[in-house]
Amino acid sequence: MRGRRSEKMEQGNGKKLVIGVIGADVHAVGIRILEYAFREAGFDVTNLGVMVSQEEFIGAALETAADAIVISSLYGHGELDCRGMRDKMDEAGLDGLLLYVGGNIVVGKQDFVDVEKRFHEMGFDRVFPPGTPPEETIYYLKKDLGVD
Amino acid sequence: MRYALLIDFGSTFTKVTAVDLISEEIVGTASAFTTVDSDIGTGLNVALDRLRRVTGDIAFEFKSACSSAAGGLRMMVSGLVPELTAEAARLAALGAGARITRLFTHELTRRDLIAIEADPPDIFLMTGGTDGGNRACMEKNAEKLRSLSVRFPIILAGNRQAIDACEDALADFPVTVCPNVMPSFGVLNIEPVQREIRDLFLKHIVNARGLSKTKEILSDILMPTPSAILSAMKLLADGTEKETGIGELMGIDVGGATTDVYTIARGEPVDMNVICKGLDEPYAKRTVEGDIGMRYSVAGIVSEVGQSWISERSGLTADDCATYISELSDDKSKVPLTHDDALARFDHALASGAVEIATRRHAGVLEEAFTTSGLIYVQTGKDLRSVRQIIFTGGSFIHAQSPLDIARHALYTERYPMSLRPKQATVLRDDRYILSAMGVLAEREKDIALRIIKRELVPLGDISLGDDS
Repeated sequence: MRGRRSEKMEQGNGKKLVIGVIGADVHAVGIRILEYAFREAGFDVTNLGVMVSQEEFIGAALETAADAIVISSLYGHGELDCRGMRDKMDEAGLDGLLLYVGGNIVVGKQDFVDVEKRFHEMGFDRVFPPGTPPEETIYYLKKDLGVD
Repeated sequence: MRYALLIDFGSTFTKVTAVDLISEEIVGTASAFTTVDSDIGTGLNVALDRLRRVTGDIAFEFKSACSSAAGGLRMMVSGLVPELTAEAARLAALGAGARITRLFTHELTRRDLIAIEADPPDIFLMTGGTDGGNRACMEKNAEKLRSLSVRFPIILAGNRQAIDACEDALADFPVTVCPNVMPSFGVLNIEPVQREIRDLFLKHIVNARGLSKTKEILSDILMPTPSAILSAMKLLADGTEKETGIGELMGIDVGGATTDVYTIARGEPVDMNVICKGLDEPYAKRTVEGDIGMRYSVAGIVSEVGQSWISERSGLTADDCATYISELSDDKSKVPLTHDDALARFDHALASGAVEIATRRHAGVLEEAFTTSGLIYVQTGKDLRSVRQIIFTGGSFIHAQSPLDIARHALYTERYPMSLRPKQATVLRDDRYILSAMGVLAEREKDIALRIIKRELVPLGDISLGDDS
């Protein structure tokens, strides 16, 4: 799936997001719902779809001058897939760029406080547990990006 | 009687082709050395004299030309991310028939600027950022180019939000603005840039290359030779309203210095469990391998396939191969005297290697990925496995003793199962070097050009997966 740009950009909030499902994860539906929800909330969204590599997220964020990268993972391997993402962003000149992750990001049922702590240590600004409604992510995106 | 004259100003030879537009036949061809250092018209007149000996005195309704003389159309391109805007810019320039002398990614450095100043391009294509995306790359690069002491035409085809600042910075360069080559992520839009390159080639480059002296001889059309060949290939594949084409195809031109590969094919994935990644690729795609060629780029072939590969396929000992490699680096004009002499066998292996490498670089690739939904393939580039026709042009192939054995190296093989090359194909050969001339003719007479191409290309036979040597 190719990146599609928001048609509502003109009346949007001017903030650009790059979103996608990381790793060998083919869950295609959720990311479309997120794309729609973020766009409705006024963001300019580039949706990279499924099976997105770290390098693709970074390349897309560079070219689109994104304000945030939102990574989704639903198949339990998110921790492996996300390792080193922040370091690579630093290398690519995207240091300080807002970075979110959410979904079933780890294997099995784990205490989310631990999971969140581990992802914070990996450089993620916000970590969302399974079942987070899009509105919550939108709330934090607006807060962190200083929108309305 | 209606005749057309088609001229190809090559780096070494100026080739002329006379076409009878009524009987739709080539009535004569001739060539002479290109005389670009003095007056390019001198060599052309010699060629025309030779042509007249074949055709007699005939009046031409129009005279059109393509040119790769004096280094061809030399371009530099810049983009931001290597796999994204820089790649889009590269595809745009190559498809327009250019030779890319430098490709820059991210911001230009002082060393880059020194390199540009030392050998300025005919055209500089500047890209970077999606529309509304990154501005810094283009804006900073424009500021930097401004400081140069040389001037050249610049095409701005990046983030539209960066264009104003770039135009201001580059006010004393001839600047043209085109739509972004990658308006949004992964989407390729290179045709407007290619049309602009062609216009600039006519307006600026023709004068700079001493070709303007031929203006009184030519009627109008002048295009870079590779762009004429690509246009002929596209015509052959697609056909016209009146005349059917032959369908998707691959074209290969193994030259002395470079190897060009053309495909006119969609290359979309065929299986359900394939996911496409990376930039869209153009339907009519041209790639140029600057390190793969029969004389100036022997080392590139050998270093990629290995000397033992060459020795195995030529039947020569490793020592003999080494001798030829060093001899050819000293004397580029060496050619085989007979079909079975050692150099001919060495050339056979070299051409096989060139075809093998250049097609593998051109074709798309698959990668396996194990997912929770089973095995998935990730495709980058074009899937050419169902392309059924391969056209060969260029001297190394025309003079080859066993051309089908060379052609087999363009096919899919179990050794590289992830390289998406054609599984079987009919091989056609451009024996009389008519493709560039027909690409030029097609600008005015599409149907005639197509019918001549279809008649002139010589079918050599079919090759398929499995009879790989």
